[in-house]
Amino acid sequence: MKTEKKSIRRIRNRGKRLDAWQLLLLFLLLCLTTVLGTIIWTMPENTSGLTDAVARLQEQSGVESPVTAVLLNFRGYDTLLEVMVLLLAVIGAWSLAKAPFSGQAADTGPVQMGVVRLLVPLMFLVAAYLVWQGSHLAGGAFQGGAILGAAGVLLLVTELLFLPAIPALPLRIGLVFGPLLFVVIALFCLCLTGHLLGYPEQAAGGLILLIETACAISIGLTLASLFAGGHPEDDHPQSVNPTEHSDKEEWP
Amino acid sequence: MISPIILPLIAGLLCFLLNRRTFAIALAAAVANLLAVCFLTYQLLLFGPMRCHMGGWQPPLGITLRSDGPAVLMLLMTAVTGLAITVYARGYFSHRILNLRQATQHQEQQRYFWPLWMLLLAGLNGLFLSNDIFNLYVTLEIIAIAAASLAALSGKPASQLASFRYLLVSLLGSLTYLLGVVFLYRSCGILDLDILQHHVANGPGIRAALALMSIGLLLKTALVPLHFWLPPTHANALAPVSVILSGLVVKGSFYLLFRLWFEIFTQLITPSALNFMGTLGAVAILWGAVQAMRQHRLKLMVAYSTVSQLGYLFIAFPLSRIDESIQVWSIVIFMALGHACAKSALFMVAGAVFLHLGHDRIKDLNGVRASLPIPVFAYGIAGVSLMGLPPSAGFIGKWLLLTSSLTSSQWWWALVIITGSLLAMIYVFRVMSRFFVIPEDYSVTTSAPLSPLLEWPALIMALISLFLGLAASWPMKILATGNTALTQVFPGGLP
Amino acid sequence: MITTLLYSMTGLLLFAMGLFTLFIHSHPLRKILAVNVMSTGVFLIMVATAYKPMPLGNIDPVPHAMVLTGIVVSVSVTALALLLACRVQETSNLDLLERKKQARIPEESRR
Repeated sequence: MKTEKKSIRRIRNRGKRLDAWQLLLLFLLLCLTTVLGTIIWTMPENTSGLTDAVARLQEQSGVESPVTAVLLNFRGYDTLLEVMVLLLAVIGAWSLAKAPFSGQAADTGPVQMGVVRLLVPLMFLVAAYLVWQGSHLAGGAFQGGAILGAAGVLLLVTELLFLPAIPALPLRIGLVFGPLLFVVIALFCLCLTGHLLGYPEQAAGGLILLIETACAISIGLTLASLFAGGHPEDDHPQSVNPTEHSDKEEWP
Repeated sequence: MISPIILPLIAGLLCFLLNRRTFAIALAAAVANLLAVCFLTYQLLLFGPMRCHMGGWQPPLGITLRSDGPAVLMLLMTAVTGLAITVYARGYFSHRILNLRQATQHQEQQRYFWPLWMLLLAGLNGLFLSNDIFNLYVTLEIIAIAAASLAALSGKPASQLASFRYLLVSLLGSLTYLLGVVFLYRSCGILDLDILQHHVANGPGIRAALALMSIGLLLKTALVPLHFWLPPTHANALAPVSVILSGLVVKGSFYLLFRLWFEIFTQLITPSALNFMGTLGAVAILWGAVQAMRQHRLKLMVAYSTVSQLGYLFIAFPLSRIDESIQVWSIVIFMALGHACAKSALFMVAGAVFLHLGHDRIKDLNGVRASLPIPVFAYGIAGVSLMGLPPSAGFIGKWLLLTSSLTSSQWWWALVIITGSLLAMIYVFRVMSRFFVIPEDYSVTTSAPLSPLLEWPALIMALISLFLGLAASWPMKILATGNTALTQVFPGGLP
Repeated sequence: MITTLLYSMTGLLLFAMGLFTLFIHSHPLRKILAVNVMSTGVFLIMVATAYKPMPLGNIDPVPHAMVLTGIVVSVSVTALALLLACRVQETSNLDLLERKKQARIPEESRR
């Protein structure tokens, strides 16, 4: 009887009022927010962070934008690991399911096809410009890669017929190209200057641009593959015929 | 110093790119990793702690890697366990592909296991070596994503749900840690751990930063009461993945937490904060052990045993700075090393038992010792380390804990530790007795024999955990070398 | 000064609201969105840290780099979480169907 009343009350309350535990949680969170808020309010403003250090060493970095200098030169090791994070997300996505393409031709009207035909090359162009611009204004690999990813998403949403038929190996090569090039250049710099990712000073700008271009391509492909939601059809090795069948197959 | 990170990274990329010979690449990377870490240990003993500046940029602007005693020991633990996991996983997947139905599903799982595992190994090595709080955040994320994908690899409905919850909890932990980093940067303006050590003063912002970072890392290390995600995730994953998660992943965030508390924020920690952590650890020990005794499935029991053993690591918080003669890190290192080896052995045995019998219900495990002698032997030896009997590493860790608590008159911790060991004995022997009792109607099950790749890594890991106590002077020596004030800077980024 | 405070407070509020939603709602999509809002809050606080009023000089680029890294990580994890949520949905449906089938068979045999 008691549990019935409680469940009825919960159904009636769904979405409207909070029960006791949730009110307690709300109260605790309000306390936490006020505490953190007062701390932020009263924190002194005297630290200048690392601005001076960056400004001092800016010319040695080979690029004019301080953000790109920090991202790809001073703290390039972080960016290397971050590109691996993207790749990990794709591998995880591929391991979960097969990419759900509907298999039949979608009913795309002329407006949609026209928009896609106009926008996608334009997006490629804008992405290339953003990557090149990263050396002296806001831009760079991630921004360009995001635009490329958006172009890929547009193509996927239009459900063009050639997409499910893309073979897995070029896709894998495209995905791994950016990170692999980054690691290769890092090791190359290790041999040249004795530091991992220590670019030689004259070639710094050129090497950074090369890394950014490769990473932009990979990032675009990564984002599009994540949107596709699974591995392509022909991704796994040839299946070996099992020699015996065992009767006791449970969930592993 | 960079090769423990770079080698598995390249191996992971190659494993994903090429679809053939993935095991050869992974094995080569694991062996090379072990050799590199041994070389690093040798250099540590010769030259003392070292720093490596990435890109040649000095801190506070650049990122540094640091190798000192605790880092090198954790790297060694990861390398040895990693090699065992690589070999075991090969045996596990080949057995499933050849002998069970749905071979294509198992092949797909194997195909994605290797790149994920290699990248996880790179992330772990990066975590242990890094000396920059934001870089630590990125390595934590690498580990979280790889671990969640690995946990979901088995395809069971329970594992998908557990992996989703694990990913969300992990993400919550990372975000809280990042908020702490933001507060710290606002107060100090520095991201490098060495310089932070000198700049950290007792202020509200710094205290908030420490609290936030600690909560984030506690979520990732599954301390009671934030442990709810651990048993389903570890129990429902594939056996090699359970080994990775229980043996290595939870140790990474704990290592970071301990380092933050005892090396960076030393001025801020109060005895009440240490006692709070110790209390949570005590609750974890008892709660985890009681739950482990109640389980019906072997893997769930071992997962709850992980919750319990992690509690010992947290009881080390109030007991680590008592005596000046022992190192701060010694308790934690011995408990962590012993637990990593013993827990790996346990999960490997659980996987072998499952492959042989097709299930892991404890009450139906009768007489397994007749058909699986080596795994049962490994289980027994690993149980010795869990219970804390000499000469295992678990014994050394518990001995240090007990002596610390008695010399500082905090005898209640000693009570908890002893009770925990007794409870561990109960749940270990509960399964051991099943293994040895052969019922009257027992017939040897006619299933395919297990390959030695499945049995021997478990035994070797168990033996390592047993004999680590005998060789306890080596880790102590490494810890003593690694904590001197002299540090050497090696610009070349030693391999 | 006021700009920094405004952005930081907004970021903190977003963090708190996201945290609340994460605990309250049980739908996986709501939880993922809540985590996204939380991460946006944290990035906002970080960007506010980098702000310097115009006459004083350049902005601090290191928090900007941190935010870029954080956004990329957030995107990857969101994508993975969404796919996992889809898988949870699929497998729980399959599991339910399987169990219904198994429950129906003993009923029929009893008849």
